[in-house]
Amino acid sequence: MSTLPLISCRGLTKIYPLSGVEVHALRGVDLDIERGEMVAIMGPSGSGKSTLMNILGCMDMQTEGSYYFDGVDTGDLDARELAGLRNKKFGFVFQRYNLLPRASALYNVEIPLFYSGMYGDEVKNRALAALKRFGIDDLADHRPNQLSGGQQQRVAIARAVVNNPLVVLADEPTGALDTTNSLEVMKILQKMHIEQSVTVIIITHEPEIAGFCPRKLIMRDGKIISDQFSASDVRR
Amino acid sequence: MSVRFQVLSSFSIDALKANKMRSFLTMLGIIIGVAAVILMMSIGQGAQQQVLSRINSLGSNLLTVMPGAAGQFVRSGNVNTLTLKDAQAIAKLTGVACVAPTVRGSALATCGNKTWTTSISGTTQEITDISSLEIEQGRFFSESDVNGISAVAVIGQTVYENLFDSGADPVGSEIRLSGVTFKVIGLLKTIGASSGGDDRDDTIYIPVTTAQIRLLGTTNQSVNQVQVQVQDINQISTVQDEIASLLRKRHRLSDQADDDFNIRDITQIQNTAQNVTGILTLFLAGVAMISLIVGGIGIMNIMLVSVTERTREIGLRMAIGATRQDILNQFLYEAILLSLTGSFFGIVFGVAGSKIFSYFAKWSTAISIQAVVLSVVFALIIGVFFGYYPARRASRLNPAEALSFE
Repeated sequence: MSTLPLISCRGLTKIYPLSGVEVHALRGVDLDIERGEMVAIMGPSGSGKSTLMNILGCMDMQTEGSYYFDGVDTGDLDARELAGLRNKKFGFVFQRYNLLPRASALYNVEIPLFYSGMYGDEVKNRALAALKRFGIDDLADHRPNQLSGGQQQRVAIARAVVNNPLVVLADEPTGALDTTNSLEVMKILQKMHIEQSVTVIIITHEPEIAGFCPRKLIMRDGKIISDQFSASDVRR
Repeated sequence: MSVRFQVLSSFSIDALKANKMRSFLTMLGIIIGVAAVILMMSIGQGAQQQVLSRINSLGSNLLTVMPGAAGQFVRSGNVNTLTLKDAQAIAKLTGVACVAPTVRGSALATCGNKTWTTSISGTTQEITDISSLEIEQGRFFSESDVNGISAVAVIGQTVYENLFDSGADPVGSEIRLSGVTFKVIGLLKTIGASSGGDDRDDTIYIPVTTAQIRLLGTTNQSVNQVQVQVQDINQISTVQDEIASLLRKRHRLSDQADDDFNIRDITQIQNTAQNVTGILTLFLAGVAMISLIVGGIGIMNIMLVSVTERTREIGLRMAIGATRQDILNQFLYEAILLSLTGSFFGIVFGVAGSKIFSYFAKWSTAISIQAVVLSVVFALIIGVFFGYYPARRASRLNPAEALSFE
């Protein structure tokens, strides 16, 4: 095992060439996240939260700087290996759920398993078990438009964790939900963090949501300006 | 691989089902293309079979000896190396069943107040066997008519229709050919058009001697062709060689000299006809394939729209673990599925169209396996070719950008 933290970034910079003007989305981010942490990333829009999360989830590449995940320099990986990481090590939860509209809840959860080369009954059983974990296995046949927002987000969480990832990345997971459902979703994420030591990283605007997380990062203009641990949680 | 293929192709099928109307319209280009290729090739090959069967009906045990070297244009009046005596000598060869020398010309025929320009065939009575001529009324001229240089004529149906009132008995009446009076002794049954499209009923047959001496004024007994019927079809090339050496001896050709005649058998004509109709078929198929290519461009067009429309979906699939290859394959399978399904319906419509065509046009068509295989393979190649670019474009998307695409 590596002595490095699960996530270790040094000098992350991201520059978007936007119609001739270079937009600096990240301006040198240093960040270490240990296995099993639950972290909230806050900050105004345009502060680079989503860019950072995309790079952490191997969805995008930094312009400069290094990102070691689980001891491996992601800059050394090719597109295929990065896809494998996204499939097996990361689970993504989005504000707008991003479920395939014409597929059933069950099928949506099955897709990551297909991409990892699984087939047959194993796929179905694992997907059903994931739905059951969040109490929505009775909705397996329903299409996304037949589900409420809270139910859809639970399907999306089931899809994110069906491959037992090390890290769940949630980009404003409660942004489209009412208070009851928001709390519900946060409890689910918190439970995964506590019971299974899944590393959870959440982008949010709302302090109550961030309140679920023992560690809070605040970003501004592409930099981390604050990194605090709440008093109740002692860092392992 | 095979499981991944199943899964990815099921994604493709779902995507095509989700947009049925669009999928159908995209396929329509391929359907029309494949149907056109099959229809055109079946018409072309039907024509080929028809031409060949007509040529075969001429008799495949025939050799035709023509004056002049092979491949040389026959200049009338100039090439007169083949004579009636050559024909008589050929007739004595073993293996030869019968020989019909022919001189050809045309003449203005007059009967009463009617006139008709027609072709004259000066020949011998053997022509009835060789050309399968049948008598409807009267008789064909005999050997004694040929030897006696008789002014007798046997007329074809077209000549009859143009020189006589319908129902009139032509036998015994007199007609004038270029000023010479002939007695009509027979009327032939209808033969029909030749493979070249000539009306073979528009001919007056007269004895070869009469034609040479009294009508055409040929001085040296030359003939335009000698048709030879061979006893045994397996002996045809032997007989051909014998005729060639006989004629070289008779014409006193030195060993170095080229033949001053040429001998054709029916297979040569068959080959020529096959080549010509083969080119016709290829041409028709080529035109039809252009519509297949246009159909392929339609696939590319729709796939590009589809990739743009589904950018978010592509981003999501990449986020949950699809590799570039997975995305590429999914879209490629979509294109291939479109072209394969399209070619299936194309085959159905092509075959049906060919049946309908042959029913209404009274022209037999022939659907060949080659045409079906060719069009499907071509459609598949088009699917891959035109599907690859959009598929590759989809697979090269940046996951983060694709997912935030509006």
